[in-house]
Amino acid sequence: MNRRDSIKALGLSTISTGLIFSALNADAATEIAPVAEAAETEPGREQFEIERNKKLNSEVFFDPHEMATITVLADIIIPRDARSGSASDAKVPAFIEFIVKDIPEHKIPMRGGLKWLDLECYKRYEKSFIDATPQQRIAIVDDIAYPKKAKPEMKTGVAFFNRMRNLTASGFFTSEMGVKDIGYMGNTPNQWAGVPIDVLKKYGLENIKI
Amino acid sequence: MSEFQIKKSPTVYDAIIVGSGAGGGMAAYVLANAGQKVLMLEAGQYFDPRMDALQLKWPWESPRRGAGTVRAFGDFDAAYGGWEIDGEPYTKKDNTEFEWFRARMLGGRTNHWGRISLRMGPDDFKAKDGLTDDWPITYDDVKPFYDKVDRLIGIYGTKEGLPNEPDGIFMKPPKPRLNELFIKKGAEKAGVKVITGRGAVMTEAIKGNNDRAPCFYCGQCNRSCKVYGDFSASSCLVIPAVKTGNLTLITNAMVREVITNKEGLATGVSYVNRKNMQEYQVNAKLVILGASAGESARILLNSKSTSHPGGLANSSGVVGKYLHDSTGMGISGFLPQLMDRKRYNEDGLGSVHIYSPWWLDNKNLNFPRGYHIEYGGGMHMPLYGFGNNVPTINGLVPDRNGNMKDAGGYGTALKDDYRRFYGTGVSMAGRGTAIARADNYCEIDNNVVDKFGIPVLKFHYKWAQDEINQAKHMQETFLSIMKEMGAVVTSKIQGADTNYGLLAPGKIIHEVGTVRMGDDPKKSALNKYCQAHDCKNLFVVDAAPFVQQGDKNATWTILALSMRTAEYILAEKKKNNL
Repeated sequence: MNRRDSIKALGLSTISTGLIFSALNADAATEIAPVAEAAETEPGREQFEIERNKKLNSEVFFDPHEMATITVLADIIIPRDARSGSASDAKVPAFIEFIVKDIPEHKIPMRGGLKWLDLECYKRYEKSFIDATPQQRIAIVDDIAYPKKAKPEMKTGVAFFNRMRNLTASGFFTSEMGVKDIGYMGNTPNQWAGVPIDVLKKYGLENIKI
Repeated sequence: MSEFQIKKSPTVYDAIIVGSGAGGGMAAYVLANAGQKVLMLEAGQYFDPRMDALQLKWPWESPRRGAGTVRAFGDFDAAYGGWEIDGEPYTKKDNTEFEWFRARMLGGRTNHWGRISLRMGPDDFKAKDGLTDDWPITYDDVKPFYDKVDRLIGIYGTKEGLPNEPDGIFMKPPKPRLNELFIKKGAEKAGVKVITGRGAVMTEAIKGNNDRAPCFYCGQCNRSCKVYGDFSASSCLVIPAVKTGNLTLITNAMVREVITNKEGLATGVSYVNRKNMQEYQVNAKLVILGASAGESARILLNSKSTSHPGGLANSSGVVGKYLHDSTGMGISGFLPQLMDRKRYNEDGLGSVHIYSPWWLDNKNLNFPRGYHIEYGGGMHMPLYGFGNNVPTINGLVPDRNGNMKDAGGYGTALKDDYRRFYGTGVSMAGRGTAIARADNYCEIDNNVVDKFGIPVLKFHYKWAQDEINQAKHMQETFLSIMKEMGAVVTSKIQGADTNYGLLAPGKIIHEVGTVRMGDDPKKSALNKYCQAHDCKNLFVVDAAPFVQQGDKNATWTILALSMRTAEYILAEKKKNNL
């Protein structure tokens, strides 16, 4: 197979595999029962994975107030700018809803952290976080967004914000919008010819040989 | 009325092979191509990379964005199975540690491995320090098979002429990435040799092989390859062997034991179907185990009979003993000089572009043998966890205006930081020789069975001071390379309390040695052809026969030894010895 055929094969993979499958079945007769069960199947996925995703998608963890708070926070962390949209434009809140169900150790810290945020906001302004003004929200975020200079009594908020910030970045930069923003240019058949010459020159590495 | 029954097949195959990974796959390939009627039993389900690889999927095509929730190495990784498998426990003894990664799929762990393919050298088979038992074979015995594996499977690399890193028959290697050039420069200053990597990725076409196509540089070998551009036992060995018409494959077949007759010879195996729990017995003139070092030892120890009361092939009592995994420790950091770097596609290929073979003389060191270094970094596909360290490291370097700022933050400034730091990461990991010791072992846990009723393995493994000293040396070396590169180290510096970052035994997934070969039947289970001393029609072709692993990843040696054993079987059959 040459490279052009191989690229073609990527598109035709299901057909060629079908042929191999029939060969197998003919040989092994009834002894082989591949994934032929009537259940939903997906190439490259075990049955339990498909069922697990389905189950997680049918559950709801965050209530509407929590989701609204997550949305406001996510957009504070990653707002729209000249290059790309905001976290909520990239559907980060929906990702966070899924990932806390998928990785349950996020559940309590996220729920509890959102609660902490509302209580802190209420102490200061007698309002929940989403009902506070943008200036009031930022005043609290400023107190929890810089772990090293945060006051000791803000540590709970810092731990929550660290988690929230990481989940937001994960959700944003793994979205189509985020991948484009960060400038990842791979995941496509190509020929790797080494570091471009202008880059080598920039770093003075033209003469480094492995 | 009891519904329990065992389905017995009247067919007698020439051979039954248990396991479809590198060892089982190679034995099946050689025997089926020589016209032998072979039955292969694989505990997991069918897997063909052409159809099943999750290659070229984007992060948003995974609801968990590639997180390792259900698959230990990420949602697109090819391995079915993992460190824990539901209903298939293993136990540990005396508070020791062992982590056991099991794949349950056609091709086993070869579908997702790193494809780093290093030959063991002359000193690995017969060590000059005399600290460990010699193999019953030398490098020269294995060399012709390494050569044949190179030609059959395809491997890239460069000829270096190093005494204990034998060259192979290499295809063209990939060019280094940007961070790898920095590594080369920094490592040389630190006195560490860096050479081109060696991996089982086809960078050129193989003449006459129309099933496989050369690498197209997506860097995703761990997802397995739809064009069969890298080595998986499924794509390169088992599926081609099935096409000969001589190999029958049964998936979801979890083997209980090898059945022997009054003379003590193997007559077949019994297995349970993992999906429907039906019991089966199948027969063959010989049995070949390639179930992995752990599982092959388990099958043998569970195959007790009047002729083999201590388990099959275990009159010496060595089965399960001498278990050893590679040592491993790693550090990571970033290169500030790469901030705001130009974007281009540098996926490259999915194995290593460069590595450092062991470069020192042990005379001046407080540990025997050595380790090689694998390097990472670059502009990778963003996946779950992306940018997690940015709110920490953005306090370590000046911003665009040259001012230091507090770590953390939010908003457009933080969003810009994620971009600035993208592709600056660099990591290094050591993979070293652990000494094979009789008191590191697995045995049958008589109190615990899996859901099929098969007694499970219990592990006992402790690192010795030699391995801990080696990890300490790795960390010192990596820190000095990082320093010479001008990198900022971000991982925690480890001390004696954590064995200097030495990972738990098993973590490197190079476990070997549990059914070792040797000339003396009192000290070994297998002869130099991996044939049981106690049962001439029983063979083991995975990493269990290894006497002493070098710092080389095990797969290429498994392939070479399995091919050698399969050819020996054919020769012995011709002489009517089997």
